[in-house]
Amino acid sequence: MADIGAHFIEIGLMDRLATKDTAIHRLDPRAKLLTTLVFVATVVSFGKYEVSALLSFFVYPIALIARGDIPARYILKKIILVAPFAILVGVFNPFLDREPLLTIGDWSIAGGWISLLSILVRFILTVGAALILLACTGINGVCLALEKLGVPRVFTAQLLFMYRYLFVIMEEGMRMVRAKRCRSFSKQDTGMKAFGHMLGHLLLRSLDRAQRIHSAMSCRGFDGHIPSMKQLRLTSGDVAFVAGWSGLFIIMRLYNISQLLGSFITEVIS
Amino acid sequence: MSHHIIEAEDLHYKYPDGTSAIQGVSFRITHGESVAIVGENGAGKSTLLLHLNGYLLPTEGALRIGDYSLTKETLNEVHRTVGMVFQDPDDQLFMPTVFEDVAFGPMNLGFPADEIKKRVYDALETVGMLHLKDRPPFKLSAGEKRAVAIATVLSMSPNILVMDEPSSHLDPKTRRKLIALLGTFKHTKIIATHDLDMAVDLCERTLIIHKGKIAADGPTRELMQDEELLEQCSLEKPLKLQCCSLCGKVSV
Repeated sequence: MADIGAHFIEIGLMDRLATKDTAIHRLDPRAKLLTTLVFVATVVSFGKYEVSALLSFFVYPIALIARGDIPARYILKKIILVAPFAILVGVFNPFLDREPLLTIGDWSIAGGWISLLSILVRFILTVGAALILLACTGINGVCLALEKLGVPRVFTAQLLFMYRYLFVIMEEGMRMVRAKRCRSFSKQDTGMKAFGHMLGHLLLRSLDRAQRIHSAMSCRGFDGHIPSMKQLRLTSGDVAFVAGWSGLFIIMRLYNISQLLGSFITEVIS
Repeated sequence: MSHHIIEAEDLHYKYPDGTSAIQGVSFRITHGESVAIVGENGAGKSTLLLHLNGYLLPTEGALRIGDYSLTKETLNEVHRTVGMVFQDPDDQLFMPTVFEDVAFGPMNLGFPADEIKKRVYDALETVGMLHLKDRPPFKLSAGEKRAVAIATVLSMSPNILVMDEPSSHLDPKTRRKLIALLGTFKHTKIIATHDLDMAVDLCERTLIIHKGKIAADGPTRELMQDEELLEQCSLEKPLKLQCCSLCGKVSV
């Protein structure tokens, strides 16, 4: 439990990364959001056995990490933290899909393994792109962009508050777990039932808190709209960013760049 | 200056579940007064406070805040007049950075950008937290959070400050600093608290609430000497008015 807590606290680093001032950070949040969406859409649209064509897509996260001065290690750690979900999705493929798809010498590789690999690569690309977007835009920037792009305010406000109170509720939950542990000694069997009560209690407390927050907000003139001082202005650089990258993604979707590059190199060598 | 006045007339409030939390409370607090509201747990302090910012509307009786009587229609004016500092700063600090949080009120009031900036800087300067303006609020210490929460209210330049337990969860030195800070404010102040020593320091007048009614209303020092009254309302003489157990002297 303490580990999960530590990871959540570490999300705070995201906020600090988002305050950096690089060419990538200065881009309009809408430009970055749109590019990320096109990226995710093209990556997801590949067939289930595709691996090699996906590899060329790594150019986008790598470029952003380099230009945006984002610690690659931190992003990797975060990807690994959520990796179990992706692994769970694909882990049975090798057993269900035993058709040999590829043979290297005496070895034949079943289609299941390839599709598992494809799922993992896609997962790393999409989650990585989302994390990088967050690290070089910040949650407020992302929410602002969403709102300007027409997403209803209810959702963007929801997202902002979830992010803000994640820490508070996590902490509350952890205090309860700690308090329970102090009185449960080595007896673990009553655990599940007690956890049910604790979850219910946490829900009630969160509802109470939501009510208090609402009253604090209405005291300060809240009328359903969270105001922002930031004015967004789309520059030609932003348009070039979206158009350039999206164009590249579509080309990479249509042509297998890694394969073309490979055959080109082998041709040059021979 | 009538806009600094709070006047309650035979206030009643009954919660939807039938609990009668306030049963006929009347008082008048005038411009520049500093009033402590004390009482045992569940006496009705918080319920009363929630009326002062218009979160609850009285089921019976009337409340005048500044130039307005409290109704649904005047809520906006009431919110502008009364700055409410909540007990848990985490409930009050919901924006991503300290700056945006302090700017939230002024932005909702529709001030121009440079006016908002000036108000935010002034408010943060007043509470001595300007250096934290770009930090996310959940990373601050309890004392910093409290000070920023006060700044979020100051930036709207309210006439009346209402505070719920401002000194709770603070270490002695931070508590002392907060008391000194609150002492510099010229606003009409209403402070609900269990910290009776702070009440003696900050408030010349005290309302003692007991079972939803006003048990006493008078000068703080007088009421705090009345041991019988305090005993009746589950309170205790403030430490500084008690005889020192070591030397037998009273500190004030």
